[in-house]
Amino acid sequence: MSAPRIELRGVSKRFGNVVAVDRVDLSIAAATVHALVGANGAGKSTLGRMIAGAIAVGEGQILVDGEPVDFASPRDALAHGVALIAQELALAPDMTVLENVYLGVEPRKAGIVARGELRARFDALLESTGFDVPRDAAVRTLSIADQQKVEILRALSRGATVIVMDEPTSSLTRDEAQRLHRLIRDLRTRGVTIVYVSHFLDEVLALADEVTILRNGRLIRTGPASAETEATLVTGMLGHSASADYPARKPAPPGAPLLRVRGLRRAGILRDIDLDVGAGEIVGLAGLVGSGRSELARALFGADPIDGGTIELAGEPVGHLTPTRAFDLGIAMVPESRKEQGLLLDQPVAANTTLPFLRRRSRIARFGWLAKRAEREQVRTLLADLSVKPQSPTALVKTMSGGNQQKVLFGKCLFGEPRVLILDEPTRGVDVGARRAIHELIGALASRGVGIVLISSDLEEVLGLAHRVLVMRRGAIVAEFGADPSMDAVMEAAFGVEQTAGAAQ
Amino acid sequence: MPQAVKVAGADGGEATIAPDASRGRRVTIEHVRDYGIIVVFIALFVVLSITSPSFLSVDNLLNIVRQNAAVGIIACAATLVIIGGGFDLSVGAVYFLAGVASAWLAVHVNVPVALVGGIVVGLLLGAFNGLLSTRLNISSFLATLATSLVFAGAGAAITKGFPITVDDPGFATLGTKGFGRLTWSVIAFVAVAVVLQLVLTRTTFGRYVFAVGGNAEAARNSGVRVDRIRVATFVISGMAAGLAGIIDASTVSSGGNDDGSSLILASIAAVALGGTSIFGGIGAVWKTVLGVLLLAMIANGFDLLSIASYFQDIFEGFVIIVAVAINSLATKR
Repeated sequence: MSAPRIELRGVSKRFGNVVAVDRVDLSIAAATVHALVGANGAGKSTLGRMIAGAIAVGEGQILVDGEPVDFASPRDALAHGVALIAQELALAPDMTVLENVYLGVEPRKAGIVARGELRARFDALLESTGFDVPRDAAVRTLSIADQQKVEILRALSRGATVIVMDEPTSSLTRDEAQRLHRLIRDLRTRGVTIVYVSHFLDEVLALADEVTILRNGRLIRTGPASAETEATLVTGMLGHSASADYPARKPAPPGAPLLRVRGLRRAGILRDIDLDVGAGEIVGLAGLVGSGRSELARALFGADPIDGGTIELAGEPVGHLTPTRAFDLGIAMVPESRKEQGLLLDQPVAANTTLPFLRRRSRIARFGWLAKRAEREQVRTLLADLSVKPQSPTALVKTMSGGNQQKVLFGKCLFGEPRVLILDEPTRGVDVGARRAIHELIGALASRGVGIVLISSDLEEVLGLAHRVLVMRRGAIVAEFGADPSMDAVMEAAFGVEQTAGAAQ
Repeated sequence: MPQAVKVAGADGGEATIAPDASRGRRVTIEHVRDYGIIVVFIALFVVLSITSPSFLSVDNLLNIVRQNAAVGIIACAATLVIIGGGFDLSVGAVYFLAGVASAWLAVHVNVPVALVGGIVVGLLLGAFNGLLSTRLNISSFLATLATSLVFAGAGAAITKGFPITVDDPGFATLGTKGFGRLTWSVIAFVAVAVVLQLVLTRTTFGRYVFAVGGNAEAARNSGVRVDRIRVATFVISGMAAGLAGIIDASTVSSGGNDDGSSLILASIAAVALGGTSIFGGIGAVWKTVLGVLLLAMIANGFDLLSIASYFQDIFEGFVIIVAVAINSLATKR
């Protein structure tokens, strides 16, 4: 056994109050493929990025070939032979493949790029790797898979011997992914060490020599991939769930669905979605990041266009849906990111809360003229109901805490007394107290007859609140569970683990 | 809430999401941005009243307002465009073309048609700007830079370099008649300022303008028809520039004397001086009015004190730099 190529000693990373990576010790042997796996938010990407210098190490020490390093940037890491292939590729789209590969390190003669020598080097590099990319094509004309090859070539041309790949196959077709895997195996035989961050367990098992499982930022175990199955990986990633308490669920009243969706699709994003939401029912959508959950939410609200399918509300087709029309019909959404998509931070609470309802609420606006006093009174009542602090309609949103901002965002939906409420990450970035309050609010709304679609990366939250859980994977709903399904079953569906298979193919 | 501020202070500068520090009683950069214009305006008013005996007279003050009615009207409308997240660099060209069109109509048709026609020209040109920047998704800065060439060229094609003189005395009413020294142009400026101030603060449309400029994505997710609101702000800006063009054409009884190029920067400078954020979402018309009058007072004061006009330019330039720097510092927080 050779000495570790990369070694981590007690590496931690915090973002604000969130511990993303917690005291991880890890050794990665040379010329191996080492996979990092974990659920959403487990810290696998953060760890990979720290190894490649894209995120500064919080505490602890990283060693390369036994030498302590402290990378200031990805460029610094590359000088030590460690390269990062990120999810979003970092290429100059209008330059050629050749120019991208040697950008910034072109061989020069008297200050002028020696193109002949450059081409010779490039051809030698292609030959040694067996890659096949057109040398003089503009990068923007290439497929994602080929662009990835350009990034790999760029790393190799600078002498990289460790390559960290962060979810490299998430934008690839199955075929392209398999070709990438062949390339990775070739690189390994040539002595390159690959750190492979992925949530596709089948890929990990087929490709990796060793697997490290992370959960909530902690290292659970590292071991040979041959000793793992998809089922053991999932169990490791989840552990035993510390059951938080959730408000008691009232059973959803039976009856015709309030929201009925059939055959909803959007090219490349949503595939043939059927969905029913009853009055008073909380339907949870589970799935990995990128599985199409948020895209479905946005389609149901009219925020994104759709290519086909029907949406009916209380038996009536909604026709062409836009956010304007959605609010008119009583469909409201709490978007994923409150600061980017939800709130006007420089405006007072009242202006935020009533914004969607200025057109049709004669109580606060008549012929386009605002009744400011009535607006303030009504918003104040709503803020009291939601126990928002400060309870002032004139407070600027940007001065409030994350939890209270999130409540304002809820208030904005509730001001119009919605029939259907779509919640995308309703408790993201709020403290424990506000989280609890929001959970109670969701339960209370359902018991008042509001149909709720709940999306959260926090699977416990979905399972704790929903009457029914639908699992999405690659833009389609792939499984449906009743109340309180086992977390393992939902995760297996989300990861696409075959029901029969306990082992890798 | 004061407690939260204290906590943030205690654990030092590390906190990434520190509670907003502006909530204390201290004067912050945001206060300076929001209310600094009032302080500076009053200070300059007092200084000029003391140093120059002829400054503080009804005659002189009305004169200042009358001379700045056109730029004031344009700046008030520009406030809406900028709060909505846009920029209208074509106001000078619209002003020119509307003045020319109005004079042409006064000569060839009659005065009432000339007055209405000038505003209609502004409306159409503004709508064109708005549609370019929304439907074709061209940044309004570039779209209006391009259309200003088109509009100014069209105006020059009509005049062929010679202003159109209007003999009908009725055409001069707007710019020169009124109630004594209170001309119709001054009344128009006041009316535009009051109406646009109310539109911004008291109507649903005003709310939408703030929403679109503050966070277009959030506005869209709140059911606001973002593009329509943006187009509407450009229509208002076009109409205001048209009205300003008519006023100045009326004042000198001819259209096409001034190509309006100085109005663009003057109006944007006045808006920025008033503390309206050039990034959109924050601002007020009344503060723009103070900005217009502040620049006008500087010019007037320098004239009365017989200081060379190049010093005046230098001084105005620095005033604008300070205002914009304060704005930028306050926005960065």
